[in-house]
Amino acid sequence: MSDGAPNLVDVSTSAIAVSGLRKSFGDKKVLDGIDLDVPEGTIFSLLGPNGAGKTTTVNVLTTLTRADAGTVRVAGHDVTTDTRAVRAAIGVTGQFAAVDEMLTGRENLQLMADLRHVGGAAGRRLVTSLLDRFDLADAAGKPASTYSGGMRRKLDLAMTLVGDPRIIFLDEPTTGLDPRSRRTMWDIVRTLVADGVTIFLTTQYLDEADQLADRVAVLDRGRLVAEGTPADLKRRIPGSHVELRFADLADLDTAARVLPGAVRDDGDLTLRVPDAGGSAALRGLLDRLDEHSISAEEFAVRTPDLDDVFLALTGHPNAEVVAR
Amino acid sequence: MSADSMVLLRRNVKHTVRNPVAVFNAVLFPVVLMVMFVYVLGGAFSVGERYIDYATPGMILMGISYGLSATALSVNTDMTKGIINRLRVMDVSRGAVLTGHVVVTVLRSLLAIGAIVGVAFALGFRPAAGLVDWLGVAGLVLAVGIALSWLTVALGLAAKSAETAGMLTVPLVMLPFLSSAVVPAEKMGPGVRQFAEYQPFTPIIETLRGLLAGTPSTGTALAALAWCVGIGLVGYVWALTTFRRRA
Repeated sequence: MSDGAPNLVDVSTSAIAVSGLRKSFGDKKVLDGIDLDVPEGTIFSLLGPNGAGKTTTVNVLTTLTRADAGTVRVAGHDVTTDTRAVRAAIGVTGQFAAVDEMLTGRENLQLMADLRHVGGAAGRRLVTSLLDRFDLADAAGKPASTYSGGMRRKLDLAMTLVGDPRIIFLDEPTTGLDPRSRRTMWDIVRTLVADGVTIFLTTQYLDEADQLADRVAVLDRGRLVAEGTPADLKRRIPGSHVELRFADLADLDTAARVLPGAVRDDGDLTLRVPDAGGSAALRGLLDRLDEHSISAEEFAVRTPDLDDVFLALTGHPNAEVVAR
Repeated sequence: MSADSMVLLRRNVKHTVRNPVAVFNAVLFPVVLMVMFVYVLGGAFSVGERYIDYATPGMILMGISYGLSATALSVNTDMTKGIINRLRVMDVSRGAVLTGHVVVTVLRSLLAIGAIVGVAFALGFRPAAGLVDWLGVAGLVLAVGIALSWLTVALGLAAKSAETAGMLTVPLVMLPFLSSAVVPAEKMGPGVRQFAEYQPFTPIIETLRGLLAGTPSTGTALAALAWCVGIGLVGYVWALTTFRRRA
């Protein structure tokens, strides 16, 4: 098993250091000059819509795809010249659970143990402990094809942990999972970092980056458009707000007068009121409308999502059409 | 073979044991054909010898070709489901990953051929082959199996989806019908006849037929071996480059 000893030549504490990374497929620029630095023992999240280049970034960082330009050092080793050393230090869980459906959960883990050369009793102990840790012991003897999406992801991640990698790449680990399975994955990721593992996580969900990451970078059309802590990022995007739609212009006029700070849209007959947060503030807002005898036709509380982040940071809506 | 190859071969053997349909298909179809031709269409074919003796070499080849689609599917699943990427990141050699598939394909086809030859004997197959001839049959079957397996592994790696992977092996299944497997090439219409005479399966089947009849011919045997080496090399190089390129 890898002991995770730090590289003596590299005195920095960067688990991942990327500079000037470029990658094109044909004439399509997928990554257009990416710079990243992920300190050891932290969770870094690469946030972006489908087609932003997240998976390509992961593939380059994990030695699966060769970059056209730029340098990438993972665990202190160059991914192109020192591929083997990089591979020995990392674990990767791809976008789709890469489990062998014909094998049972236990056999999948045993396969990884055999390939990582953790043989005999030690291998069997490791497999059993991973099954317990990921709450898969009851299903250990069933083929992975019978597993739910959440169980497959857990098995996939458990397989990645065989060999004790110090840097783990998770490519959209919760896409397609139900809320409860997402929470479970988040808890697992947090315990990994508590053990000193570095996590590089890609996601399309702002709340996931917010929940987990120490630092977040926003990827759009192959470029990083923002980087910082989740708090930094949230300061740059519009907060949550209440959206009110009125029956006519007169009501909209009155409401705009009595609700300072609101932004009106005469065409839609809507008013966006910044949300002070909490039920008391909401009651206050509704009471004010009531006092002036106006009622809204429609009412919605909107919290910022990735679309808002994109609009705020890039000035254009989240484009799903850019190729991976 | 390396330790990793053995680990992955064990995995592929488990796949076959849990889904024996591939072996069953590879046995069933040639046997049904053989029974149909021997008993139903029977004397309608005049091939210059007893039909069972004529047909068995072709059926042996079909025992290989009918098992190939399962390999293409399983290689393609490994590729599209991310298993191959997982193994690449773990530094498992491409040789180990692909050899596991080739070896299990050859083992499966040997199983199918064993069953087909057994049924042929039960139906009255009486080859004149001596021990050396039988060794020649075994050697050629092995060479064809390995060559076609590498080609199939390449097809499975190159296919974008499981459906395509299955489709790509159809020509390999159809080719024996356009060879001298079921009827002699000289009985076919113009065009088809030339195709049948010059495609790889005909010299392979003729060599098997010669060996089983105890009258091997060096010329066709060399042609058969040359095809095996050619198909095998193309498949091997194609598989290795595709493995490296596709992520």
